[in-house]
Amino acid sequence: MQASDRFNINSQLEHLQAKYVGTGHADMNRFEWAVNIQRDSYASYIGHYPLLSYFAVAENESIGRERYTFMQKMLLPCGLPPEREED
Amino acid sequence: MDPEIAKTQEERKRMEQELASLNATSVVYDRDLYGGSDKDSYLTSIPANEDDDNVDAMDNEVARKLASYTAPKSLLKEMPGSTGSDADAEMGFRKPSRIYDREDEYRRRRLNQVISPERHDAFAAGEKTPDPTVRTYADIMREEALKREKEETLKLIAKKKKEEEEAEKSAPEKDKAQKRRNRWDMSQDNEGAAKKAKASDWDMPDNAATPGKWDATPTPGRVIDATPGRRNRWDETPTPGRIVDSDATPAGGMTPGATPAGTWDATPKLPGMATPTPKRQRSRWDETPATMGSATPLPGATPAAGYTPGVTPVGGVELATPTPGALRGAITPEQYNLLRWERDIEERNRPLTDEELDAMFPQEGYKVLDPPASYVPIRTPARKLLATPTPLGTPLYQIPEENRGQQFDVPKEAPGGLPFMKPEDYQYFGALLNEEDEEELSPDEQKERKIMKLLLKVKNGTPPQRKTALRQLTDKAREFGAGPLFNRILPLLMQPTLEDQERHLLVKVIDRVLYKLDELVRPYVHKILVVIEPLLIDEDYYARVEGREIISNLSKAAGLATMIAAMRPDIDNIDEYVRNTTARAFSVVASALGIPALLPFLKAVCQSKKSWQARHTGIKIVQQIAILIGCAVLPHLRSLVEIIEHGLNDENQKVRTITALSLAALAEAAAPYGIESFDSVLKPLWKGIRQHRGKVLAAFLKAIGFIIPLMEALYASYYTKEVMIILIREFQSPDEEMKKIVLKVVKQCVSTEGVEADYIKSDILPEFFKNFWVRRMALDRRNYKQLVETTVEIANKVGVSDIVARIVEDLKDESEPYRRMVMETIEKVVTNLGASDIDSRLEELLIDGILYAFQEQTSDDANVMLNGFGAVVNSLGQRVKPYLPQICGTIKWRLNNKSAKVRQQAADLISRIAVVMKQCHEEQLMGHLGVVLYEYLGEEYPEVLGSILGALKSIVNVIGMTKMTPPIKDLLPRLTPILKNRHEKVQENCIDLVGRIADRGAEFVPAREWMRICFELLEMLKAHKKGIRRATVNTFGYIAKAIGPQDVLATLLNNLKVQERQNRVCTTVAIAIVAETCSPFTVLPALMNEYRVPELNVQNGVLKSLSFLFEYIGEMGKDYIYAVTPLLEDALMDRDLVHRQTAASAVKHMALGVAGLGCEDALVHLLNFVWPNIFETSPHVINAVMEAIEGMRVALGAAVVLNYCLQGLFHPARKVREVYWKIYNSLYIGAQDALVAAYPALEDEQSNVYSRPELMMFI
Repeated sequence: MQASDRFNINSQLEHLQAKYVGTGHADMNRFEWAVNIQRDSYASYIGHYPLLSYFAVAENESIGRERYTFMQKMLLPCGLPPEREED
Repeated sequence: MDPEIAKTQEERKRMEQELASLNATSVVYDRDLYGGSDKDSYLTSIPANEDDDNVDAMDNEVARKLASYTAPKSLLKEMPGSTGSDADAEMGFRKPSRIYDREDEYRRRRLNQVISPERHDAFAAGEKTPDPTVRTYADIMREEALKREKEETLKLIAKKKKEEEEAEKSAPEKDKAQKRRNRWDMSQDNEGAAKKAKASDWDMPDNAATPGKWDATPTPGRVIDATPGRRNRWDETPTPGRIVDSDATPAGGMTPGATPAGTWDATPKLPGMATPTPKRQRSRWDETPATMGSATPLPGATPAAGYTPGVTPVGGVELATPTPGALRGAITPEQYNLLRWERDIEERNRPLTDEELDAMFPQEGYKVLDPPASYVPIRTPARKLLATPTPLGTPLYQIPEENRGQQFDVPKEAPGGLPFMKPEDYQYFGALLNEEDEEELSPDEQKERKIMKLLLKVKNGTPPQRKTALRQLTDKAREFGAGPLFNRILPLLMQPTLEDQERHLLVKVIDRVLYKLDELVRPYVHKILVVIEPLLIDEDYYARVEGREIISNLSKAAGLATMIAAMRPDIDNIDEYVRNTTARAFSVVASALGIPALLPFLKAVCQSKKSWQARHTGIKIVQQIAILIGCAVLPHLRSLVEIIEHGLNDENQKVRTITALSLAALAEAAAPYGIESFDSVLKPLWKGIRQHRGKVLAAFLKAIGFIIPLMEALYASYYTKEVMIILIREFQSPDEEMKKIVLKVVKQCVSTEGVEADYIKSDILPEFFKNFWVRRMALDRRNYKQLVETTVEIANKVGVSDIVARIVEDLKDESEPYRRMVMETIEKVVTNLGASDIDSRLEELLIDGILYAFQEQTSDDANVMLNGFGAVVNSLGQRVKPYLPQICGTIKWRLNNKSAKVRQQAADLISRIAVVMKQCHEEQLMGHLGVVLYEYLGEEYPEVLGSILGALKSIVNVIGMTKMTPPIKDLLPRLTPILKNRHEKVQENCIDLVGRIADRGAEFVPAREWMRICFELLEMLKAHKKGIRRATVNTFGYIAKAIGPQDVLATLLNNLKVQERQNRVCTTVAIAIVAETCSPFTVLPALMNEYRVPELNVQNGVLKSLSFLFEYIGEMGKDYIYAVTPLLEDALMDRDLVHRQTAASAVKHMALGVAGLGCEDALVHLLNFVWPNIFETSPHVINAVMEAIEGMRVALGAAVVLNYCLQGLFHPARKVREVYWKIYNSLYIGAQDALVAAYPALEDEQSNVYSRPELMMFI
């Protein structure tokens, strides 16, 4: 088929993917990916109430506080980004 | 089907719906990027000016005149424009159309515009004082003001002149009367008067007080220019059309009191000259033309390019100089041909040079004589002027240096693989033909040449050439620079011989280049606008969209300030065309940069005290904004209304009109919200309709019509009553435009809640029917439509019987168009509201009238009569029973008519009323009709035959297979040969009928007959129409069900060997359908056996059938998945790409079908075969593979696929990483939440925590 098709379908797919914050790309490093994983995890914990209550019981905290701490942790889940070594 | 499967099927459907909303690979257009889907609404904004009536007046008029003739529609449509070259069009080779040819006078005015030179870019310059050679905003504004002043002065002069003339006209009469009485006594005085009168014409120019005099004076040489219309400096340059003028001027120069011929500069009548009075206060720019001739001594760049368009190669700089652009713009194609012809003749008759003569004659025996002293060589009249020596040199014109070395008749072979040049292109690309050594050129010239080459390739080249050239232009845009690029591109767009396709390509170039150049375009904004704005009023929808896109990109690149600075001077341009296009462009800017940004500017413009034009344009911008962005005006509605509201009381009538129209547009865009924003204009509007008449009143009414529907019921009723007095008065208006608006407003008022039926009945209806329901209204299509719509709207309020009773008598009117209008109204009213309101008397009248109108019609292209008949009969239902014999009699009579149209219509009517006949229990009658139709199956007109088949189908549908007469076993064999008919309508109706019979009454026909039909059906898979192919494929299913799948399948499998792709694809679908209807196990063995045939097409066909099959059978697939897995294994390892692609899509359907049914083992196995294909680059294959993986995600869960993914996300090779991340991303979008549990445990690094301790918690 035409090369133009390649630009069409797949570029649209990539455009669609690019709209999601958590998607990655070939130049992603370990840190960036880990941040996404952490944030997704916290979002998931907060979204699933049973999970939240499970953590609350395990940590002996109120569910509200658990939610709050998870929310706070989403800010810098893995700490500050490491220095990029220039290459 | 067992209930369990049904249940799972239902569940699956639900899941599919969920999937559809989640599925990442389905191509969904981004609304942010591509805008809302409501693009159709743009179409309403076409009108170039406020009153555009005859969009298809031509069409309409011809149709009306020909109403009494019958002929195929195609022939009738041909008639108006049957001018040659139709053969090409019929063959499908439509000749590329020149834009110029389809434009009207108004749109052609774009060619009068001048591509203005670059302007000062305040942003780039920063604090620096602008270079005096650059045009700044102030310069332009000054010029515009001057132009306007000049125009006004000219107008004044013309007015004064006219008054004088009139005074003179009356004066001589008096004189004459006196003369007759005492001739001799008065002679002295008379002579004096005569002298004065004579002198007044010629003496004036010396009078410095009236500098512009000459423009208005009808001197002999200026016939064309005599009108004191819009003229600017550029018009004064010698355009080819004026050559004749200049010839005549010398004669003018001899006139009394003039200077001796030859001293051109002194003659005030030379058109090319500036006005005799010195105007030193003019801006620099005005002076440029005077020096230009000598200032641009470029090789080949003669400023008079317009004279010799085909020959003179035009150099690069001429765009920076104003005149040639204008020259070129003014050349029409006709003039081109004239010039070309003239040039040709001149070439043949040109005087021989000495060298040529030397070559012709023997060297000795001849003597060269000197020409007589008085001899002046005169060639053609057109050259006379050019040939005479001009002592000082005409400032605006230079005699072109003739290049004898060039060949004129044969288009030169374009060097270096350049595409063919059309004669018109020489003007722009001629330089490419000069075979100069590129190395010798200066870098700038080389750049120019490069740009020219690329542009020529884009314009005339083959698609691949075009593509690479376009890419190069885009990539190197910044390197070439904005100036050289636009100076090359824009003149091309002004070329009068431009074609649609070429324009599209060039516009595309601009778009791409714009994107790259970004802020560098600033100085060229106006230039670009001059060229692009005309696109906004083009009649072609796509051209308008393109124009909008460019302007929107331009405004994003250049910024609001630059856009305003560039367009502000045009807002009060004297030319209405310029103002109109500018307003539209501004609306695009507003939509691109946001309305709030533009509001302060708009406010200032709308309140301009300097000229009404500025206010007019400002208000028009608001109108255009409303039309362009629709309901998005809502947040700014109040401020927009506030900006324009004072225009309702403007002193200028045009401003009042446009204000009302803008309010109408705003209200239309805001509907049904935003009434509170219009509070402030209600009073002036309602006061206005009592004060104004004519056009202004029409505009006010229009605004009211759009505002009333926004109101609450109570207010709407009050305001409607207020406006209705005026409306009823205007019912009688003879003005067509007014009529349309009144009708529309009535419709809007009536449809508003709160306007009571009683009020309508008592106050509106009598006058309405008296004034509008007249024959004349049916003659104009727009009136017709509007009247029908309004009446239907009224009927919605007051009920069916009221309206129908008033017009039912008119079904027997003698005018056919009027009857048709009545019929259409009745049809719509009855379809909307049903016929329960119609009493028995009215019912009788109605049927009577309809039968009359139906029988008396001479032509019914739009099927109005047919639809009306059908609608009335269907809504009356059982009440129509007493009339059915009569109706059927009519139908039978008309089925036997000589005219094919009439027969077709009769057959169509049967299919419309068949259901009602059944309701009335007239089965016998229907059987009778069936037999009649059966007898007419020999019909030779395909259109009629199609209708007859359709009628038969509707009868069969209604009365069933068993009761059908003729019996099915007789009917079907008669249909088999008709299946061979290649006409689409026949095919479609026939296959529908056959399919119906196969579905419901297959047992009435022997199996052998069905097999015969199967073979015929294979041919039908070639049909162009999708509906036919689909019906055919379904019919295969029915037949297979009736006679068992074996024979049908054998036929279909054999058909996989054919060459034609479409045929094979349809066959695979048919196989899948047969498998679905007869259970897969009857088909799969034979199908899989067929895969062993060592032939690509067959194997692919089998795979495709499997893919469709698993798509259709869904969860039934769980029983067959293990059976086909070895086959798919093989296919997924095949060398052939298509094998793998098709197998992957089969895997996808399989996976989606059996999700959750416990087939994971087989699926994982298959995934292992699919996975290695992820590195495919062919778009279809990779797409199929990705979708298969998506299917696996659904069936196996995201975690499994993630595990496959992890190995490559951080692969050292970028190509690998890219693919893996793509898969990861689609996985992520599809099942973000599910991945949380499956992510790998990352180890912490020195300062970063990567682990997820929460997941380790355990109670």
